[in-house]
Amino acid sequence: MEMDVSWKHFFIEAGEIFRFTVKFFKEVFKPRYEFAEFFNQCFFIGYKSLPLVGLTAFIMGLVITIQSRPTLTEFGAESWLPKMVSISLIREIAPVITALICAGKIGSGIGAELGSMRVTEQIDAMEVSGTNPFKYLVVTRVLACILMIPLLAILADAISLYGGYLGCNIRGVVTWDLYWTQVFETNDYSDLVPAIIKTFFFGLDIGIIGCFKGYYSKKGTEGVGRSANSAVVVSSLLVFIIDLVAVQIADVLGIT
Amino acid sequence: MLQEAHQHTINNIVNKKQVIEIKSLCKSFGDNHVLKNFDLTLSEGESVAVLGKSGSGKSVLIKCIIGLMTPDSGNLKVFDKSIPELNQDELDDMRIKIGFLFQSNALYDSMTVRENLEFPLRRHWVEKDKQKVDQLVIEALDNVGLKHAIDMMPSELSGGMRKRISIARTLILKPNIILYDEPTTGLDPITGREISNLMIDVQKKYNTSSLIISHDMNCVKIAANRVIMLIDGKNYAEGTYEELQKSKDSRISQFFE
Repeated sequence: MEMDVSWKHFFIEAGEIFRFTVKFFKEVFKPRYEFAEFFNQCFFIGYKSLPLVGLTAFIMGLVITIQSRPTLTEFGAESWLPKMVSISLIREIAPVITALICAGKIGSGIGAELGSMRVTEQIDAMEVSGTNPFKYLVVTRVLACILMIPLLAILADAISLYGGYLGCNIRGVVTWDLYWTQVFETNDYSDLVPAIIKTFFFGLDIGIIGCFKGYYSKKGTEGVGRSANSAVVVSSLLVFIIDLVAVQIADVLGIT
Repeated sequence: MLQEAHQHTINNIVNKKQVIEIKSLCKSFGDNHVLKNFDLTLSEGESVAVLGKSGSGKSVLIKCIIGLMTPDSGNLKVFDKSIPELNQDELDDMRIKIGFLFQSNALYDSMTVRENLEFPLRRHWVEKDKQKVDQLVIEALDNVGLKHAIDMMPSELSGGMRKRISIARTLILKPNIILYDEPTTGLDPITGREISNLMIDVQKKYNTSSLIISHDMNCVKIAANRVIMLIDGKNYAEGTYEELQKSKDSRISQFFE
């Protein structure tokens, strides 16, 4: 019986998130366009997340390179290190790590911000002052996520590859030119483009879930905490599900 | 003396135009019937208080008037327009004429006092000239005696100051009607009295009509010309503060004890 209730709750929430997403796509094309708030959110979501994403990407590039070296050395394929590491980083690690970091930082931030605005009646205040709060708060944040997360992922690619370069040189010597020649020889647009396309969906996921959880926050301050928490959990889980689907699609289309 | 003054005000507004007209309003949440055939009228320049216990449906009533909730049935007209039948654009236009003071003040935490007051002006493009906007903001703050707080953040303000800023934000679009949701809740008696007096000053200066939702008897006594008792979802009794105070009905007199 308890199982039935939780499944029912799951399907109800999934339906509500779907309706919320449909509403976003309906509202996004309708004037009035909230450019000022959109750029403001781009600044917060993109620029303010850059140090965290950059540091994480650098460490990931470095660590993956250091961890991969022993196995490749065992097979006498140490010279393949830049190739192997760059493919892993560009196709999978940098986009997914960026999305997970953003789900934690941005998703929880949006969930908590909108949640506290809901419980302190600020969203109602916006509505009674003749402003469409969905357009002003939700559309701008989701759009900023869709635009900024791919940009952050591209930057994470570059920074993690630099980390990989340093990792290669900890126990060996790979020149700057040789490293980048190997990286560009190995990777082409079919590696980069699908990886970047999926980050747009990561952005949509993080923006929609963060906004949904915050916008419909209930039960006072306790609800705000829950909104922030579940925004992170659900959007992180969806990042992996989207990643899985994206890999399958790329595989079917023969671009793996 | 106070009764005479109220009676004088009532006589003055008898022939005035009705700005809010509510007939047989019903609103339920599942099996909980909050409003059951509730009636109310508010005339131009009048100040009406709706008294009731917590959870009696007072806030639901004004949320229906402003269009934040949709009633189940009944007539709800503001300036002769039926609120539930308005489309979003018409409702937004109507909301310019109605100011709403939230119980929690609902100041935007991420904005300064200046930005909080500019927000409704910018949304409605009432004034595009920066100097004129500044002038309107300063005028609104001057009305509530908080000109010096213009660059402060809401978190730096006391409860009374937040309430005043909230009133200033409500006033900035110069509404014809102001809906007050528990305006003195959470304030000490002295600050509560100051806010009640400020409500009267605002009403006189801008000739607004006020609908006050409260259970603070001091606020009702100071600021309302007429009082409606909301009991069991209905308009249980109506009259001046003094008339209701004399009532022998225990359900009414308990509010005045």
